[in-house]
Amino acid sequence: MNLHLIVEVLPLLLEGMLLTAQLTAASVAIGLLIAVPLALLRTSPSSVLSYAVLLYTFVFRGTPLLVQLFLIYYGAGQLEWIRSSAAWSILREPYWCALITFSLNNGAYTTEILRGGIRAVPSGEIEAAKALGMSYALRIRRIVLPAGFRLALPAYANEVVLMLKASSLASTITLMELTGTARKIVAQTFSPYEVFIAAALIYLGFTFLIVCLFGRLERHMTKHQQRAGLKNNSRSRIRAAAKISASQKVAP
Amino acid sequence: MNRFKLPLSLLLAALIFGQASAQDGKTIRIATEGAFPPWNSVDTSGKPVGFDIDVGTALCERAKLKCEFATQAWDGIIPALNVGKFDAIMAGMSITEKRKQVISFSKPYALTSNYFVVRKSLGLAELASHLKVNLSSEAEEERGILQALKDDLKGKIIGVQGSTNAEAFVREYFGDAVEIRTYDKQDNLNLDLVAGRIDAGLADYSVWKAFLESKDGAVAALYGPRISGGLFGPGVGIGLRKQDKELAERFNGAIEAIEADGSLKAISLKWFGADLVSN
Repeated sequence: MNLHLIVEVLPLLLEGMLLTAQLTAASVAIGLLIAVPLALLRTSPSSVLSYAVLLYTFVFRGTPLLVQLFLIYYGAGQLEWIRSSAAWSILREPYWCALITFSLNNGAYTTEILRGGIRAVPSGEIEAAKALGMSYALRIRRIVLPAGFRLALPAYANEVVLMLKASSLASTITLMELTGTARKIVAQTFSPYEVFIAAALIYLGFTFLIVCLFGRLERHMTKHQQRAGLKNNSRSRIRAAAKISASQKVAP
Repeated sequence: MNRFKLPLSLLLAALIFGQASAQDGKTIRIATEGAFPPWNSVDTSGKPVGFDIDVGTALCERAKLKCEFATQAWDGIIPALNVGKFDAIMAGMSITEKRKQVISFSKPYALTSNYFVVRKSLGLAELASHLKVNLSSEAEEERGILQALKDDLKGKIIGVQGSTNAEAFVREYFGDAVEIRTYDKQDNLNLDLVAGRIDAGLADYSVWKAFLESKDGAVAALYGPRISGGLFGPGVGIGLRKQDKELAERFNGAIEAIEADGSLKAISLKWFGADLVSN
C-alpha cells in the first residue's frame, strides 16, 4: 500500500465530493419537505389518507434504491410517450433522475420516522393545548411538530447518514460523484486500495460533520430537559460561596 | 487462547501474501466480463458464452490445460487477477502500455477497430467512414481527419464504457470539446443512445455490429473512420500475472497454432460475422 497515493488522490476527488454533498443536501431537504405534510396525513384520523401515504412509503421502503433509480432512469427512457413529453427535458438528465429518486426514497423513510415521533408526543401535551383553546393549525405548529421532531431526531440523523452513503448509487447512472470519480481513478491507476481508502476517508469526514450537526441540534432542542443547566448553577453557586468566604477572610 | 494466535496469523499471512501462481494440473481460472457481446456474455443459464470463451476453450485444448470461465465486473477485473482470484483474463481486453505496467499479456488473439456511432437525428454528414486512422502514425492527413471529427462532435454528449481505451481516447483527444458520460456496461450505453440522452458513443466495431443490427439500433449509424493503434494498442490479448511467464508461453504457442490451422478465423466468423483476427 502506498500512503503517499492516498494523499495525492484526495484533491482529485474534490469535484466528486462536491457533487455528493450537493446531491445529499438537496435530496434530504426535498425529502423533508415531502415528509412533513405526509407524516401529518399518516397520523391523521382519516384512514383513507393514512393508507394512501402508507402505500407510498411501502413502495419506496420495500424496494431497493438501485432498482428505483434504474426504473426512473432507464425505465423512463424506454417509453416513447415520456420521451416526447415536456417531462423529458428533466428526466433526460441523470442529475435530475438521481435527485428525484433520492428525494422520493428519503421522503418515504423520513415520513415514517416523523410519524413515529408524532405518535410519541404525550397526549397530555396535546390535551393541554386543546384546553388552552389552540386551533388545530396552531397546535400542530407549536406542539405536535416541534415535540415530534425532537423525539424523531436521533432516528432522522441516522437516515441522513444513510442518504449520504446511498448517494454513491448515482455513479451507476453516469454521475461522477465521489464513488464514481474514485472508480474512474482506480481504472487509471489500478490501485483500488489507496483510492477507495481516500474516498472512504472523505465519506467518514462527511458523516462526522452530519453527526456533529445533529448532536448540536439535539442539544439545542432539548435544552429544557437538560440537567446540565442545574449542574452549572450549583457549581456557580459553590464558586460564589467560595468567593464570599474568601472575601470574608481578607476583610478582617 | 494464545495457541490460536500463530496458526491464525499464518492463515492471514497466507491470505494476504499468498500470490496464486498457475501451475500444471491445477484448473486455470479465466475471468471474463459476461456483458460485452459478442466477445463475451452469459446465456440464459448463466454460463459464459462468446468469442472469448470459444477461443479460450480452443487454446486450453491446444495447451493441454484444464480451464474454467467465471464472470467478473469489468472495472475490478485487473485487481482480481493480481490478487489471485483468477489466473487469466479473456474479456476483449486490449493490450496497452498502461495495463502492461500492472499485468502482462499474451500475444494478440484479435485486432481492434474502434468506431463512433452517432444518432441519425443529429444529421451529421458522412465523414471518412472508409478510412483508417492509426493513432501511432504521425501522418498529416490522419490528424486532419481527427480534427474534422472533433469539430463535428463539438458540444455533443459522448458515451463510453468506463475504464476502457475508448474512454481514455475520448478524454485525451476530445476532452475539451465534448461532454463525456461513462457507463458500467455497453448495454446501458446503448439504451441511453436510443433514448437520446447521449448523441454518440465510441466502442469496438464488434460491439456496435450487434447493436446496429438490432431493432433499437436503427436510430444510430457508424460515423467517421476506423480508429486503431496508439492508445488502443496492438490488439486484444490474454491478461496474465507478470510472474506467470510459463503460462504466457503456453498460451502464445497455442495462439500461433490455432492461427495457423484456421480455427481462430472460424471462431471469429462465427461470432462477429467478419474476420477480426487476421492482419
